[in-house]
Amino acid sequence: MRDSPPTGLSRRRLLHNTAIGGAGLLLPRSLHAQPAPGTPPKGQVIIGISQEPTVFNPLKPHIEVDEGVYMSLFSPFWSIDPQGNFLPQLALEIPSLGNGGVSEDGLEWRIKLRPGVVWHDGTPFTADDVKYTIDLINTPGFPAMTRSGHRLVRDITVVSPTELTWKMEQPYAPYLSVLAAMFLVPKHILSASADVVNAPFNNAPIGTGPFKWVERVPGDHITLAANEKFFGPAPHIARVIYKYVPDLTVLKTQFQTGEIDYIGLQGISADHYAEVKTFPDRTVVAAPLGFVESIVLNNERPIFKDIAVRRALYAAMDKKSIVDDIYYGLPKPTESYLPMQSWAYNTGLPAQTYDPARARKLLDDAGWKPGAGGVREKDGLRLAFTNSTTAGNHVREQSQQVLQQNWQEIGVEMTIKNLPPAVMWGDYWIKGQFDTAMAGTVYGIGADPDPSDRLSSASIPSKTGSGFNTAQFSNPEVDGLLHHATATLDREARKQDYFKVQSVVREELPLLPMFQWVMIEGTKANLHGYQPNVNVRSNCWNVSSWYWT
Amino acid sequence: MGRYLLRRLGQSLVLLGLVSIIGFGLLHLTPGGPLSQFTQAPGMTQEDLQRIAHQMGLDRPLPIQYLEWLGHLLLGDWGRSYRDSQPVLFVIGSHLGATLELMISATFIAVLLGTWVGVLGAIRRYSLFDYASTAGAMVALSIPTFWFGLVMIYIFSVTWRLLPAGSIATIGDGSLFDYLRHLILPAAVLGLVTVAIWSRYMRSSVLEVVSQDYVRTARAKGLSERAILLRHVLRNALLPMITIAGLQLPTILSGALVTETVFTWPGMGRLFLDSIGYRDYPVVMGLLLFSAVLVLIGNFLADLAYLVADPRLRAA
Repeated sequence: MRDSPPTGLSRRRLLHNTAIGGAGLLLPRSLHAQPAPGTPPKGQVIIGISQEPTVFNPLKPHIEVDEGVYMSLFSPFWSIDPQGNFLPQLALEIPSLGNGGVSEDGLEWRIKLRPGVVWHDGTPFTADDVKYTIDLINTPGFPAMTRSGHRLVRDITVVSPTELTWKMEQPYAPYLSVLAAMFLVPKHILSASADVVNAPFNNAPIGTGPFKWVERVPGDHITLAANEKFFGPAPHIARVIYKYVPDLTVLKTQFQTGEIDYIGLQGISADHYAEVKTFPDRTVVAAPLGFVESIVLNNERPIFKDIAVRRALYAAMDKKSIVDDIYYGLPKPTESYLPMQSWAYNTGLPAQTYDPARARKLLDDAGWKPGAGGVREKDGLRLAFTNSTTAGNHVREQSQQVLQQNWQEIGVEMTIKNLPPAVMWGDYWIKGQFDTAMAGTVYGIGADPDPSDRLSSASIPSKTGSGFNTAQFSNPEVDGLLHHATATLDREARKQDYFKVQSVVREELPLLPMFQWVMIEGTKANLHGYQPNVNVRSNCWNVSSWYWT
Repeated sequence: MGRYLLRRLGQSLVLLGLVSIIGFGLLHLTPGGPLSQFTQAPGMTQEDLQRIAHQMGLDRPLPIQYLEWLGHLLLGDWGRSYRDSQPVLFVIGSHLGATLELMISATFIAVLLGTWVGVLGAIRRYSLFDYASTAGAMVALSIPTFWFGLVMIYIFSVTWRLLPAGSIATIGDGSLFDYLRHLILPAAVLGLVTVAIWSRYMRSSVLEVVSQDYVRTARAKGLSERAILLRHVLRNALLPMITIAGLQLPTILSGALVTETVFTWPGMGRLFLDSIGYRDYPVVMGLLLFSAVLVLIGNFLADLAYLVADPRLRAA
């Protein structure tokens, strides 16, 4: 998420933000035929992950590895494939203007549910469960993970067991993506519990997904079994085991010895990539993630209010060396804050070139003259600032050292000031106490490319108390475009708005984009069906399609 | 005697109170909190974070939070884990078995091997074996456990494919043979360090005993060396070792952090580290209190033993 690269250090953060929009990378289709429909599920898959899934009510605050388990146990209305398309799951169709699912003003919604779906305990799934789920999220005493979008829902009406309607307080285009990550929970179980927050359900979850809960051994693993009553294509694998392996070196070793079949979150560190590629009978993939690494500037600091400074810093950044020498050439340099797979990704942004001479000229022209110690000054301000990220992330520290050198060459002094994760991403980050930060961030909402929460001036937490616009970027044109883009469901119109937002951000440089993250994952060579998906928070999204040959 | 015990008990309770206050204070004053892991989660807003903090009671003054925690504790409610919302005692209990299994096996190896090496080193003082075992103990104590564990995995699991590279058992197997196979490497790695410590203690203990008058008397009686060693030397030399073993009691709870990490062992050490990482306050406080109680019980038992052994203390 915010901070952690697949280099292995802080894995939890790593994936925090993987959820963004866009199409993922498609692996070459396996040459091996899938098992014929009707073939009973067989075998098991052991998924190795370096964080322990512990939260099994999908509405409560959780991390990515938990979400990987949800995608096996539960179902949303619709899921998102690597290309960014919605695939109907519990809903029969994706609501749109065309099918009457959403009214022209975006305020009236109608959802038609798939008939005949049953929970793992055999109870039928109905529209009452949907109403219960959304209501529970908005219940004052319930610690829901997020109410983004849901808080706008009014008057949920159950029309029939397979149909319901609601009204939105205001149109909110990203809601389709938000709903793709909302897993439905069973009313008959949770409403019967005296304490819904600590219900027994939390450790014996019941869903409608392709796999059923079997057991959890705390600190060790979780076992799921194929759900023979699943409404979709039957899973090919009889048992799925999520195995917690806390150390990444050990995770890699167990992948090598064959004790785990798929190495998931948070993958193989970049410095082991070359070695792992040589393991026999293993397939290794650099899977794109939705988060973009950048230097986030605190735009309220006087020196960063001068656009010449921001442009000079960007021009003096030796991006290629950082990517090639420190990250083994795996991530892709980028000019946008959006992942390249997103449908709103603007391919027409000007490419940055490493040009210290131009950077020096920009600063000279803007009146920044070399002062004491070779550091440029102007009107009593020195071009000196700190750069912060999670302490102990050695790969990031190396990038910081390259930047320190790059900027020293143009008369700018950058001091490295790294902090423990809980400090770095707390008030220091949110309340604008940093000068600059090195962060990997997902700018959209779920899989939707809307960056309002991070780029709108209404989302500056130190000023408005809400949002995550920690760069404190404030631009009326961007505000207008974002407002317009969230108020329409017309994807083409939204695309134009987001293209323009990316152009402005590239021009104004409130943040200096570096690259889009990848995570190195691997499977045994005879395990098929694995497909990285940049639009979800865990590549375990389609375990039910995996099969052995 | 009764008053002495009561006084010790009273002191222990005061100490326990102090430990809990300091622990609670330090834990909560550490920057960050259980929600900082969510600050960058997609779609999560500042309002969401503030709301959840309020719902968890994290926004109230620290003394109030402490008193509430203490109040619940006195009523037998240790709280629930922030992570999996299970009761704290259940969480601790579910990790205790794995740690005990590992600790007992490692201690078993250490006692057997350490005693043997120590005794042999002492009775053949300055022999080649003595020098070798001394040097070996130094090496064993200096090797980083993490590195040693990985080397063992590399040799026995990756290269020779003889033993599993971690985990407490093959999921779904559950046979005794399978458990033992998984136990060998971690117990050996953890035991190695203890063997080194144990053998050094044992060696000096035996050296002390062999110079005692009763050993000389036994030898003068014409007893065989073997009988002297088993009946007189070993029995006396082992006495101080029992105290040392007793002092190890609290370490059972803290688990073997590094070994548990390398070998993917779901024990107390990992639980402690994970709980700290997530700022899972109720579990960390539970573990802290649990280990404090064990230390106090250990000390209390030692006091009792002295009381029994030393008549002067009883008179006082």
